[in-house]
Amino acid sequence: MSTSLEQLFAKTKAENRAALIAYIPAGFPTIDGCNKAIKALAAAGVDAIEIGFPYSDPVMDGPTIQEAADISLKAGTNAHDVFAALKTASECGVACVVMTYWNPIEKFGVEKFAQAIADNGGSGVITPDLPIEESKQWLEATKKYAINPIYVVAPSSSSERIAQVTAKTGGFVYAASVMGVTGARSSISVDARDLVSRIRSTSQLPVSVGLGVSTREQAREVAGYADGVIVGSAFIKLLLNAESEQKGLDAVSALAKDLAAGVREGR
Amino acid sequence: MSTQTNDFDGHFGEYGGRFVPEALIGALNELEDAHISSQKDPVFLAQLAELHRTYTGRPSIITEVPRFAEHAGGARIILKREDLNHTGSHKINNVLGQALLTKRMGKKRIIAETGAGQHGVAAATAAALMGLECVVYMGEEDTRRQSLNVARMKLLGAEVVPVTSGSRTLKDAINEAMRDWVTNVADTHYLLGTVAGPHPFPSMVRDFHKIIGEEARQQVLALTGKLPDAVLACIGGGSNAIGIFHAFIPDSDVRLIGFEAGGDGVETGRHAATITGGSPGVLHGTRSYVLQDANGQTIESHSISAGLDYPGVGPEHAYLHDIGRAEYRAINDDQAMEAFALLCKTEGIIPAIESAHALAGAMIIGKEVGPDATLLINLSGRGDKDVQTAAEYFGIPL
Repeated sequence: MSTSLEQLFAKTKAENRAALIAYIPAGFPTIDGCNKAIKALAAAGVDAIEIGFPYSDPVMDGPTIQEAADISLKAGTNAHDVFAALKTASECGVACVVMTYWNPIEKFGVEKFAQAIADNGGSGVITPDLPIEESKQWLEATKKYAINPIYVVAPSSSSERIAQVTAKTGGFVYAASVMGVTGARSSISVDARDLVSRIRSTSQLPVSVGLGVSTREQAREVAGYADGVIVGSAFIKLLLNAESEQKGLDAVSALAKDLAAGVREGR
Repeated sequence: MSTQTNDFDGHFGEYGGRFVPEALIGALNELEDAHISSQKDPVFLAQLAELHRTYTGRPSIITEVPRFAEHAGGARIILKREDLNHTGSHKINNVLGQALLTKRMGKKRIIAETGAGQHGVAAATAAALMGLECVVYMGEEDTRRQSLNVARMKLLGAEVVPVTSGSRTLKDAINEAMRDWVTNVADTHYLLGTVAGPHPFPSMVRDFHKIIGEEARQQVLALTGKLPDAVLACIGGGSNAIGIFHAFIPDSDVRLIGFEAGGDGVETGRHAATITGGSPGVLHGTRSYVLQDANGQTIESHSISAGLDYPGVGPEHAYLHDIGRAEYRAINDDQAMEAFALLCKTEGIIPAIESAHALAGAMIIGKEVGPDATLLINLSGRGDKDVQTAAEYFGIPL
């Protein structure tokens, strides 16, 4: 049986377009606000949602996501809030995954965590600081509960390394577009296109590009060569800078519609 | 049971390893290769030894402290004087080694994290000596508490970046250094200051510090004709402790005792005693003991000693603890400051507050083992940097 995520990429392939994947941390801007944002994203045409597990030491994240995580953690967000957000996304009919640093999984219990993902309608988990060498227990758990272990590859990854990592990956390969942390950037580097083609030479999996995408133009450009376009910090910035939660949600909805159009214009 | 730690794949039992973004894997492999090849390269080893002889001031001496020992049950107490090294602590051993490796890898820029500023000063020193660009990340809170060390780093030509995220202390300085490294890894070496972080850092930093124990073992044998009964060191990340412990690990009759920062007392929750009061988890790229809550979020640590104020600990210590080869105990702020004052007044040596935790440990262990025992203590740093903190603690007007 395939996951919703795998079904999504089969569908977008048939439609000859890239999927739009949005990231939002659980409990941000509030528990209720997060639920509303998930619904707004789904209604605006986002194909899949990544629920972030806010973490105290997010070394892969730039200032925008750090600030969102701090706000969420101060309000007491925990694993159960993450699973509840996942369930909300799943009930909206979009494919959904969790993105988390490794320690919260280990603390929760590796197998229990995989089970909770499956039980709440999740398709998989992105683990940005878990290399394949440390993944034995995790891969057993994700296999047992039939969810996708999603790994990140970087422009610095050698072709040999890309082959090793993608061999363990399920759902899609997360291609980090630049050497650096999350956050909106004015342009998407040429590294991203090169990385995607290097991944394609060794793996049949769909490839999604993350880090730095924030505009319809960028979404269109990336959709020209990738199977998925991941947008995180741009949505979070709108929520952080909004005068009111409703205005923030309206802005998120408008950007999502724009990006959804962008991923359909790429080919 | 084997007491020799096994680090060929970067693990110490269930601890250690690598928990880092994929972007860093290549750089860690490159560093591991450079470290392994350099340890077999007589030219590299001679270069480092010569630097230690002519620049660091090695071998550091040992000093017996009988007047202090009167307050420690009369046991014979010997200090390994890492405080007399250039820049005032053991930290120089590691930075010179890693700076040489940086040049060997053809990189031109180093970044470092610092809490109290000691590692930052040492890194800036090595960078100045070898003509490398140096950026030091330091929590904004710490730049205020340790403004003198910020000035020292700037005088040495380093750029000091105050970190305003999270708790604005050492833990967040490490996060920020990792973010810099992910971005600039092609031309930058992350000169990590302790035996934590992803493989190969715990083994590599240990290899640069194990000279402390190798020298001390010979020196104590020459002075007393036998091995010490126990070797004592303070422990934050654990670099000075592993440095003096390592040569004694095969000597199963020698007790190895690390003293963590108990802050206000482990029972208060305001402490930095990671092994005593934490649990296994992953922080900053390695699995070890971590101060964390039920959700795996890191808990902020507390200690009067900025150099021990860290919610993690090196993975080799976690392993030595679990197999029972080393013991770890907590010393609270007041106990450390009592020992600090005592060493000043009985021996004319102002210790770093970090090292004072090991001195306080000796006052307890000495009474347990009695007057026939010999204790070797790593005096990892000098206390010049702590004069302001100590003056405030003891109510001396400045």
